[in-house]
Parts: sequence; C-alpha cells; structure tokens
Amino acid sequence: MEKEQKHVAVIGAGIAGLHTANLLAQSGHKVTILEKEKYPGGHLNQWHHLFPDHSSPEWIISGLLDEQLQFDHLKMISSTEITSIEKNNGHFAINAGNELRIYADAVVISTGFKLFDARQKEEYGYGLFKNVITSADLEQSLKSGQPLTTASGKTPSRVAFIHCIGSRDAKCGNTYCSKVCCITGVKQALEISEMLPETEIFCFYMDLRLYGSKFDDLYLQAQKKHKIQFIRGRLSEAAETHDKRLQIKAEDTLSGRPLRMEVDMIVLLAGMEKNEAHQMFSSTKLLELDEHGFFKSKNIQLTRNETTQPGIFIAGTCICPMSVNETIENAGAASILVNRYLEHQQLTNHHE
Amino acid sequence: MNEFAHLVSRPSRQIDYQTFDNRLLAYVLRYEPSFLTCMSCGGCTATCSAGKLTDFNIRRIGLMLRRGQTDKLAAEIDKCMFCGKCSLVCPRDVNIRNVVLLIKKESTRLHAENQKV
Repeated sequence: MEKEQKHVAVIGAGIAGLHTANLLAQSGHKVTILEKEKYPGGHLNQWHHLFPDHSSPEWIISGLLDEQLQFDHLKMISSTEITSIEKNNGHFAINAGNELRIYADAVVISTGFKLFDARQKEEYGYGLFKNVITSADLEQSLKSGQPLTTASGKTPSRVAFIHCIGSRDAKCGNTYCSKVCCITGVKQALEISEMLPETEIFCFYMDLRLYGSKFDDLYLQAQKKHKIQFIRGRLSEAAETHDKRLQIKAEDTLSGRPLRMEVDMIVLLAGMEKNEAHQMFSSTKLLELDEHGFFKSKNIQLTRNETTQPGIFIAGTCICPMSVNETIENAGAASILVNRYLEHQQLTNHHE
Repeated sequence: MNEFAHLVSRPSRQIDYQTFDNRLLAYVLRYEPSFLTCMSCGGCTATCSAGKLTDFNIRRIGLMLRRGQTDKLAAEIDKCMFCGKCSLVCPRDVNIRNVVLLIKKESTRLHAENQKV
C-alpha cells in the first residue's frame, strides 16, 4: 500500500510552529506554515538572551529556518492572517486574508502568547513615567548593545525588578502564574549587574518560582556573586519624584514593616496572556478555551497537544506559559500526536 | 533568689493549634469568603494609611486571625481608618476593608455578651 501524502497546516511561525513543521516534514508530510508577521521567529526576535545559559535565541530561529531548507514539501507563507477555519468531512479549509484558501488533513495551532500590557497596572506608572520599563523593553535595550541608562542618559545607581505584573493578579483578570517571569527577572538582574557592577539591584517578589533545571543556580549566583537583594513584598504603587527618580512602596513582609525606596529605574516583569487569535477559534465553536483563555487540551495529562476538536492540535505557549526549552519539547510532542492521528486516518481511509 | 529559673513557667511562644480560637475567623469567612485566598504579599500594608503613622499592619491582622491569635485583635483594628486602599491593591481581590469591619462587629458582639475575645 502506497502512503498518500497528507497535508498539515501550521498556524504561527514562532519556535513552536517552526519546530513542529520541521518534524512533520521530516515524517514525509506536506506542510504549510502560515505566519501573520513578515518574518518568522515570533517574540524571540525581540529577545536578547535566554535563561538559564544566557544564550542568544538567534541561533535557535536561524537553526530552525536552515533545517526547513532541506524539505521541498514544506512551505511558509508570511504576512498572512487567518480569518476562519472550517471542518468538512474530517478535513479543514483555512481561509486567510488575501483570498487564500488552504485545505489540510490536520491543523497545528502555534499562535503563541501576548505579552501583558503593563499600562493596565496604572499604579506602577508604565507609560506614564519614563524610567518604568518592562522586561521586554529591557531585552531590547540589552540587544541594542548600548549601556543601560535612565531616560535622561544617566547610569542607574539603583534598579528595582517587580515580579508578577499581569500574573497572579485578580485585578487584571489573570489569576494564573506566568512562571517564566521569576527566572527572567533573576537572569536580567544578573545581566545588569554584569554590565553595571556598581548598580544596586532589588527584586520585589511574592513567591520566587524558580521551578526549572538550573534556575536556582542563577538565584544563588545572584545572591552570592552579585549581592542582588530579594525583598518579599508586592509593590502597592510607584510615584515619580521631582528629579524623575521613582519612589516605590511595598511591605517588607519578612520584617513586617512598610518600606519606601527611591530607585532610578523600575523593570516590570510582564507575564504571558492569551493571544487575541484564540477568540476567532472559540467564537465559531471549533475549539474550546480554558478558564484563562488559552486553548483547552483534550486531556491535560496525556494529550496536552490535542484540542477538543479531532484533527486540530496545539503547540507551545498558546496552551499555557512556557519557557523556550519547554516550547521546543512541547512542539516535538505535538508532532508525535499529529503523526499518530494522520496514520490512523490513513488506515481507516484504506479500509473504507 | 530562684536558682532554677528554667523551672519558672513562662507563657509559651508557640502557636498552639490545640487551643485555636476560631470564632472570629469562622465569622469573617462566613461573610467574606474571599479572605481565604490571601497570600500575604503585603500590598495592603504597603498602601495602608494607618500603617504609615502607627505600627498598624493590616496583613498581620489577617495572619493573627488565621492563627487564632485573637486576643490583641480588637484593640489593633481600632487603628484602621477604613480608607479601603488595601482592597484596591489586593491581587487576590480580597475585600480587606470588610474583613476589618467584620472583626470589629463580631468582637464587639462578643464583648457585649461578656465573652472573652
């Protein structure tokens, strides 16, 4: 029996989509990646260094793109946004903006996350005070290769990292933990300390969730080598002083006393949110979303990459917040489930 | 002079869960179940108007309540000005202002009935 070539559409060309697509192409399937932006790579294009090894994400993206070149049956269409997906007789028709219609036997959604808009936490002054930046802004600044300065061009003598911005916060509707921001903060604190050894660095946290392999090594390094100070207390507000510094208010909960501190710069560790694209899939009742607006897995233990709709799979941070290495692992797992599905489809079709 | 100072009994510093006085806690939770979700982040204390000027610590009030250390609670909450900023900053959306109000109500009632608070 000759194997009929199946076609898989992958939506989103971040690292999850790129990796899943490569693995599926390697298994012999025809693959089409659809990307709404001009270039593939997603959020990682804006990131300077990854935790825990401070490596550059550039080689991950370029490595995945290089791998693509060996597959003639893998195609990427960029600057194309999906408008709808229909399911007919177990097959999918995907409609994209520019009158493009693609038919596929299976679909992988890898649309990623949206960075929490820190302006929503008005009390911390992002968008109001120039020296309040987010973790994503800091990455871009580090990526530029320029030394870190305040808005007026001075070397900051004191920087405060604020954990849990848009995470574990009922006030902005996100009660879940974005889980990668804690380690991002520790990594960035280390990087600032390496760059500006005279700068005092404080991290204000509620719980430090350094869950991953080697994450606690960075925490130890931050304490021992860099004298970074960790204060257990959530900021209530930040205010700008006349000389454009920032006064922050928190409780040092371990001392049980309110604390005031003036800093030159605040870095808000913004969390991960559901992508707006999710709404399109759920509004047509094609897919179900979980209580946080991420895609709902068929089974959270066994089949994380299967949605509630047979034939549609999910990979990466459209499922829940994930680190880069978890996303890559997750994309691998997704490709296995897609393969299994297509093989099963092949067998049933053959017997019909 | 007592040569056996270690034999003199002193009030224990231990939090004794065996003699846990949960009357106030049970009352607060009945009317303000959101109080269960406090994770002691201290956002409330950071913004507290009363805490700026006195040793009042709103987060600790909650902790004392949850540990059954209710003896000093009634006197402590008298420092609260009910400005409600604590409730505004709370990431768990606990109505902290109402928690204080409930402690005040219930401890006043217990006092009125000559019960020990």
